[in-house]
Amino acid sequence: MKITVNGNGLEVQEEVKHVKGLIDFLGLEDKPLIIEHNQQILQKEEHEKAVLENGDKVEIVHFVGGG
Amino acid sequence: MLTVGNYQFKSRLFLGTGKYPDFDIQKQAVDKSETEVLTFSVRRMNIYDPSLPNFLEKIDVDRYTFLPNTAGAKDAKEAVRIAKLAAASGRCDMVKVEIIGCDKTLLPDPVETLKATEELVAEGFTVLPYTSDDVVLAKKLEEAGAHAVMPGASPIGSGQGIINPLNLSFIIEQSKVPVIVDAGIGSPADAAYAMELGAEGVLLNTAVSGAHDPVKMAEAMKYAIEAGRLGYEAGRIAMKDYAVASSPEEGISVGN
Repeated sequence: MKITVNGNGLEVQEEVKHVKGLIDFLGLEDKPLIIEHNQQILQKEEHEKAVLENGDKVEIVHFVGGG
Repeated sequence: MLTVGNYQFKSRLFLGTGKYPDFDIQKQAVDKSETEVLTFSVRRMNIYDPSLPNFLEKIDVDRYTFLPNTAGAKDAKEAVRIAKLAAASGRCDMVKVEIIGCDKTLLPDPVETLKATEELVAEGFTVLPYTSDDVVLAKKLEEAGAHAVMPGASPIGSGQGIINPLNLSFIIEQSKVPVIVDAGIGSPADAAYAMELGAEGVLLNTAVSGAHDPVKMAEAMKYAIEAGRLGYEAGRIAMKDYAVASSPEEGISVGN
């Protein structure tokens, strides 16, 4: 399956079924992050329910230094 | 105590988290400042290098109230999106509306700032818009439901201090919500001055992170803001044109 993550194309294995699976696949499970899936901002508890499909767009953001 | 919406803070210093030499110095500076509010930006994560450290991993996040900014947004729609992303972290419902309207001066777009403030208030956020020192706009932001207004002292990161104290005074005088001076503070004297004018707080970043010794400057800012506030509460003397002796003029035998 091919999806777009943070603007870049990403080929993910078939086992990756939902957003939570993608986070684990990328090794980001311990990171404080925020996900937007097809322009829909997800709460943490929704990560496991958000099913990924070919062509989906995912934004993975976090807090960085700023004033 | 500083009250912003449903939040109460003992410290009147809000500290930005950008551009410190390293995380250790930053952590020490945050500690010394005794701030309770840290600002952050929201950005894409580098997904290919999960080992990259993040400042949040260095601090006890539960000790602080997060004030994410909407920096990067060019209009109200983008600002609302960034605010909602930040809120989805589950860590905050406060937001600093920051919509830059001019890349050179980094001055805010007043129209989009007002629009974003209205929308975010309606969405239930605690909204602190960064604004220019425009007196009428500050009033309109308050009427739109802003929980505080944050006029700039001078352009972001310029360190020029308060270039229009009269406008700031007007904003402070008319405002029913706290006025937090945000941007342009360069030195402890600037921060103390803002507080003496009657500001309820100061938000600064570069003045500390860019100082030769950020840790010491963080402490200096803490004292400056406390001193300025105490001075404001105490009420300064009126200025006079001529000298008025402090020592008694009678009861001494010299000079006769």
